[in-house]
Amino acid sequence: MKRVRAEVLSVRRLGAYHVLTIVAPEVAERARPGQFLSVAMPPHRAFLLRRHFSIHQASRRGGWAGTLEFAVEAQGPGTRWLAEVKPHRFLDVIGPLGKPFAYPARLTNCLLVCEGHGGAPISFLAQELRARGKRVDMLIGGATHDHVFKPIEAKRMAQTIRIATADGSMGEPGSVADLLPEMVEAVGAQVVYAAGPREMLRRVAELCVERRIPSQVALEERMACGMGQCFTCVVPVIRKDGSGYDHLRACTEGPVFNPARILWDRWMGEAPEPAPTPPEGFPVVRSWPG
Amino acid sequence: MAGVKPTMTVDLAGVAFPLPVLAASGCLGTGGEPTVVDLRRLGGVVTRSLTLEPRRGAPTPRMAETPSGLLSWTGLQNPGVEGFLVEDLPRLEQAGVPVVASIAGGGVEEFLRVTSLLQHRPGIVALEVYLGAPDEERGRGRPFAARLDRAVEVVGAVARMSRLPVFAKLPYLEPDLVETARACVRAGAHGLTLIGGVPGLAVDAERLRPELAAPIGLLSGPAIKPIALAAVHRVARELPEVPIMGVGGIATGRDAVEFLLAGAWAVQVGTAMLIDPAAPVEIARGILAYLKDKQLESPAALRGRLRVPGTSP
Ligand SMILES: Cc1cc2nc3c(=O)[nH]c(=O)nc-3n(C[C@H](O)[C@H](O)[C@H](O)COP(=O)(O)OP(=O)(O)OC[C@H]3O[C@@H](n4cnc5c(N)ncnc54)[C@H](O)[C@@H]3O)c2cc1C
Ligand SMILES: Cc1cc2nc3c(=O)[nH]c(=O)nc-3n(C[C@H](O)[C@H](O)[C@H](O)COP(=O)(O)O)c2cc1C
Ligand code: FES
Repeated sequence: MKRVRAEVLSVRRLGAYHVLTIVAPEVAERARPGQFLSVAMPPHRAFLLRRHFSIHQASRRGGWAGTLEFAVEAQGPGTRWLAEVKPHRFLDVIGPLGKPFAYPARLTNCLLVCEGHGGAPISFLAQELRARGKRVDMLIGGATHDHVFKPIEAKRMAQTIRIATADGSMGEPGSVADLLPEMVEAVGAQVVYAAGPREMLRRVAELCVERRIPSQVALEERMACGMGQCFTCVVPVIRKDGSGYDHLRACTEGPVFNPARILWDRWMGEAPEPAPTPPEGFPVVRSWPG
Repeated sequence: MAGVKPTMTVDLAGVAFPLPVLAASGCLGTGGEPTVVDLRRLGGVVTRSLTLEPRRGAPTPRMAETPSGLLSWTGLQNPGVEGFLVEDLPRLEQAGVPVVASIAGGGVEEFLRVTSLLQHRPGIVALEVYLGAPDEERGRGRPFAARLDRAVEVVGAVARMSRLPVFAKLPYLEPDLVETARACVRAGAHGLTLIGGVPGLAVDAERLRPELAAPIGLLSGPAIKPIALAAVHRVARELPEVPIMGVGGIATGRDAVEFLLAGAWAVQVGTAMLIDPAAPVEIARGILAYLKDKQLESPAALRGRLRVPGTSP
């Protein structure tokens, strides 16, 4: 992990997103799909904390060597500021942060599922899996057609692709999670990866546990520091031996987790706290296929 | 101009800190993360508040950003005092940074057992008693600091057992801040840390929910700086001989100088370090520049120099 002053090369509008390309060779060299960047906000404003973005692209070779891309969905003050940043401005960037997605050693059929800006890390992952000779199929979704992240590029990388939008403006109406059971069957998915809103990830997790499909999801938990210092970003994760659960930092022990080990109903207001550990313990989840 | 070369070392209750800027409790992970902070360039590190057993802490979500502030409650998540001694302390000790161990507990007994386990450990130079911790024994989860008798009981017990200097960390208390500070010192505290976070609530109006699961968190960052300065000023005026660590919203060298002028002997930095890992280094540099500019020989020369109209300097 490095802290760099990174020059903004370009800001491109892409549907609901702004894709920023920055120059950060020390970060680009190490970046892997699932990892993220932490970007400082301008001084003397009321919004103080760094903002976090998945790495969408890291170029190590060729004319763009040493550059990184991330996609910003302008929502609040921080993302709106970034969307308007002008080329040649310098950003205070720390990265790459967090644990990346793992690649399966032997299994070949990978189904990649994303909604909204979850498409940014998933498309980076698709590219890396293809480079490793894996079969990639994709399920992409978003609120509207503007929120479907790079569908044309996805079509190029994936064997098959299906799209769902909440308003039905592109692909099928609904959530990608509605299409998941069919898609898993149709493509013979052996591994599932997902990124996007927590509710969608939860449904992916439930299906994968039921069908015993190894899977990994990238969570977005609120982070004050992104560097393991503050313990504000924790996720409830069952211990390997099933004896209970721990609060693990999404920024350091995540953001990629095995969803079968996440206690999805322990977020605020969804289950009584403190959550009891069942007398027989939690089910032991087999680890990621080697 | 005659070049005064200021020394940055400060002495609080017999402990020499190489710089007057420490990392505040709860804002420097475990010392094991590959940080961009160079531990050797800090005046000291205050640990996360340690309890006897490991604590899982509060459910998620634990933070929200509010105007110029961070609202958070981690519920004292920590590896327990044994976990800290085995995992974290060796790394901090290796970096050679003075360690102030922050201690917490649900009751007096727990504070005492934590205190006893922290004695005679290389690297640990002082204890900080976190009186903002919820009193599970008598206070139905309200902080120890909220009841003078409980604050005195905890501080007194810890100070009697400890061979290390003891700092009592207080939140801003209305109307009894000075009285509580004085009582803690009478009970045996060698110094004070002022202040812990300020209680706050953030509301998500769309989902009709609080932003934090807790749901009340502690506000930190620039938003609380004037509150912390007021606390330091009020207490320092009444107890000028008692070493005070000022904490709350310090982000620049200027901010730190303001605390020293208000009566602090040293400062701690929390939220600013989460945003800029190099903040403490920059803050120390800023203090040094100010001292040079004013031809002063040490941070102690600034202490309590705030001129308040109608009072003698
Ligand atoms: C690991 C990780 C990867 C991410 N990747 C991307 C990405 O590739 N593209 C993208 O557009 N967004 C991404 N996000 C979400 C992005 O960080 C937030 O949208 C952004 O911080 C919102 O800031 P704001 O000032 O616009 O909004 P505000 O709502 O004003 O933000 C207020 C506070 O809440 C936090 N916050 C708000 N929304 C989120 C969220 N969804 N997740 C986490 N924290 C949030 C902010 O960091 C800030 O501290 C990612 C978040 C994380 C944790
Ligand atoms: C994420 C976080 C965790 C904290 N944990 C503790 C803690 O365990 N013990 C403690 O005494 N103070 C804790 N604090 C309070 C800080 O030490 C400090 O008193 C407060 O944040 C004000 O300073 P600041 O504005 O520089 O952050 C915590 C603060 C934050 C932001
Ligand atoms: S965001 Fe600070 S520990 Fe994860």
